[in-house]
Amino acid sequence: MTKTLLYDRHLALGGRMVEFAGWELPVQYPTGPKAEHLAVRERAGLFDIDHMGQVIVSGPDALAFLQRVLTADIAAIPQGQAGYALMCYADGGTVDDTFVYALPGRYLVAINASNNVKDTRWLEAQTYGLNVSVRNVSEETYMLALQGPLAAAIMQPLTDADLSALAYHHAVEGTVAGVPGIISHTGYTGEDGFELYLAASGAVAAWDAIMAQGAPQGLLPIGLAARDSLRFEAAMPLYGQELGPSISPLEAGLSWAVSWTKGPFIGREALLKQRLEGVTRTLVAFRMLDRGVPRHEYPVLSDGQVVGVVTSGMYAPTLDQFLGLAFVPPASRRPGTELSIGIRGRENRAVVVKKPFYIPAYRRS
Amino acid sequence: MATSISPDCLYTESHEWIRVDGDQAYAGITDYAQDQLSDIVYVELPEVGASYAKGDNFAVVESVKAASDCYLGLSGEIVEINEELEGQPEVVNSDPYGAGWFVRLAIADAAELGTLMTPAEYAEFVAKAEAEGGH
Repeated sequence: MTKTLLYDRHLALGGRMVEFAGWELPVQYPTGPKAEHLAVRERAGLFDIDHMGQVIVSGPDALAFLQRVLTADIAAIPQGQAGYALMCYADGGTVDDTFVYALPGRYLVAINASNNVKDTRWLEAQTYGLNVSVRNVSEETYMLALQGPLAAAIMQPLTDADLSALAYHHAVEGTVAGVPGIISHTGYTGEDGFELYLAASGAVAAWDAIMAQGAPQGLLPIGLAARDSLRFEAAMPLYGQELGPSISPLEAGLSWAVSWTKGPFIGREALLKQRLEGVTRTLVAFRMLDRGVPRHEYPVLSDGQVVGVVTSGMYAPTLDQFLGLAFVPPASRRPGTELSIGIRGRENRAVVVKKPFYIPAYRRS
Repeated sequence: MATSISPDCLYTESHEWIRVDGDQAYAGITDYAQDQLSDIVYVELPEVGASYAKGDNFAVVESVKAASDCYLGLSGEIVEINEELEGQPEVVNSDPYGAGWFVRLAIADAAELGTLMTPAEYAEFVAKAEAEGGH
């Protein structure tokens, strides 16, 4: 297992360390995942997300290459901005979901920890015929996330970047507590905040400075459990649950990140066929009517028959409800449709509701 | 953080407690168990009138992260369940030996009490579990 540079900080804070995608990370601190979740919604939280992967794509054909491997129109991402895109196999299954930053002279592609090696190999294998360089920079890049309504107030005194001028999904090069990197107005919580791509040598200094700056305002360090419940409430997909090699972006409700007009890309034909013929399953959000906690891989039933599967499910701390995401037949997609969730051999009633459960900050402002 | 152990209970190796009250007993999960589980969001309790053998899975505790089975330390019939837990499962975290009790049962075989750990034995058992890297 790989330890992050902040491992000793996590232990000192009482972090409970677990294995995740080959990394040893805190699942929670002594405050507990519920308090951490609510701290991000109400104040701010700091996340060690060094496990995330980063790839730099550069060279004369960088744009053509990304248009080939990603579903979204990368030419439509203005300089200094980030866009969400999926990477697909030829059969339309998903290699990974990514955030792509258009930076001066290069693109930065942020990828999932669990896919870091796989994605890099996949990207390298698709460079045929193009003059492009694909370089995994995960080791030299340290990612932190500062999320919550107080994130900007905590960050501004520590950075030379003007955060008030940094719109959602914009990114700028700058320093944080003297550590150089990229400050991105993005996140995986549904809350306002920043993701930082810093020089790894400055990771501890940046963490300490942000913790010290934010402590008087109620900033908490946040573990993996709350990271999951926060993204879940905002219905942001988690690779391995809502996305995977046998799940297409259209099934996962991510057709907004697929461009049909930009030209060819890997997976386009399979996805177009799915679009024309219709998907056989679709991702919906549901709320439990009977008491019980839906969990990943629990069956979805209708008239006693298994018709689908829960991808993520849990108690949602902000909403104080038992909620889930599931793949169901398209006929069951409408809000108000009643379903049953198989929980330990019993059928507990649930109802389809609108996605997301919690409206992300960038859609509220 | 020191784990609290109630002096008037007997204990299982799966971190449940039993408190004898005449020919009946209360059952719940220990402070060590609730700390390991962290924030408890739901407790699935058995029906009153259901009978269980010692070691049977009689309840499920749902924390933020996962569902965990709970095992009954004694054989017997459930005569009461703690209905307060439906609305306030978090009392299992805050008061595991008191307000966070799970069920009251009619003891079927008092001889089984001898198979449970005393508070001193359980303290040693927990100390060992913690030394082996509980967290």
